[in-house]
Amino acid sequence: MVGLVLISHSAKIAEGTVDLVRQMAGEVELVAVGGDSEGGFGTDPERIEAAIKEIDADEILLLMDLGSAVLSAETVLEMLSEEDRGRVRLVDAPFVEGAFSAGVSASAGSDADECVEAAMEARMEPKLH
Amino acid sequence: MGATDRTLGIVREMAAAMEEHRQYLTKLDSEIGDGDHGNNMRRGFAAALERLEGEDPASPADVLKSVSMALIGKVGGAAGPLYGTAFLRASTALSGDEVSPQDAAGALEAAFGGIKQRGKAEVGDKTILDALAPAVEAAKEAAGSPEATVASVFRAAAEAAEAGAESTVPLTARKGRASYLGARAEGHRDPGATSTQLLLDAAARSLEGSA
Repeated sequence: MVGLVLISHSAKIAEGTVDLVRQMAGEVELVAVGGDSEGGFGTDPERIEAAIKEIDADEILLLMDLGSAVLSAETVLEMLSEEDRGRVRLVDAPFVEGAFSAGVSASAGSDADECVEAAMEARMEPKLH
Repeated sequence: MGATDRTLGIVREMAAAMEEHRQYLTKLDSEIGDGDHGNNMRRGFAAALERLEGEDPASPADVLKSVSMALIGKVGGAAGPLYGTAFLRASTALSGDEVSPQDAAGALEAAFGGIKQRGKAEVGDKTILDALAPAVEAAKEAAGSPEATVASVFRAAAEAAEAGAESTVPLTARKGRASYLGARAEGHRDPGATSTQLLLDAAARSLEGSA
């Protein structure tokens, strides 16, 4: 099964999004990485790396919110061993909607490609009809 | 004094500069960003010093690598991965115990390449690159002079970075938090370009003091 790491500038956004996804996808491995190393707004690459190592799933998707979350995730990816790097994908999707779609897709047994596709489709899905 | 000690001296001077200019950088960042650049840079360089105290770096490259890891881990904003990548690439560009003026210019160029790749920005986007790009050019030119020293290379880089940082004032930002502001970012000096200029100036001062 695919696991997810949700990386936000805000601990509350990361944890809240994990809660929201877990409600629909309870068996999926989800790790929230929110805020910087001192509890403020920002990102903490060391915790991103720890989250990747903590997840047992064969494939791991990283979803990021703004600027430094993306840069931090990319930097961590570059520093990982080749083996770990091969398990990890960065997902270019809106944070909450993308995490939700990818999580639900993962809980249905989809592979990483299908979860990424579901997350990216979330950007195009109209909310008002 | 060997090149490893001189590199440690540079890092100490950089940390002192980030401490001294913390409020100024935060003020610049409050105008067009999220107002954390001064605190983040101070925290990152304080962590770098702490990390170096616990180690016994054997070469200038080792010192820069430690700084890189501390910045990536502790800065908390986009500056962490950006400057962290810059120090990492500069570290990789150096080898051995000594640093020539050409090596110093090469390390700066490698740092520039790292930031450009990580941030996917171009010169003129109102970022660190607006200070670092002219600094690299000036460093390379200074390194070509027969009287070049590592100090003169960093002094030339710092002066070009100052002009480069000042050149960001009228620009509209195309990267980072300030890019959300559109024309409202015009008229403000970029905090990242300013911290780059301050770091290069600190390096130059440290080398001039230890010459």
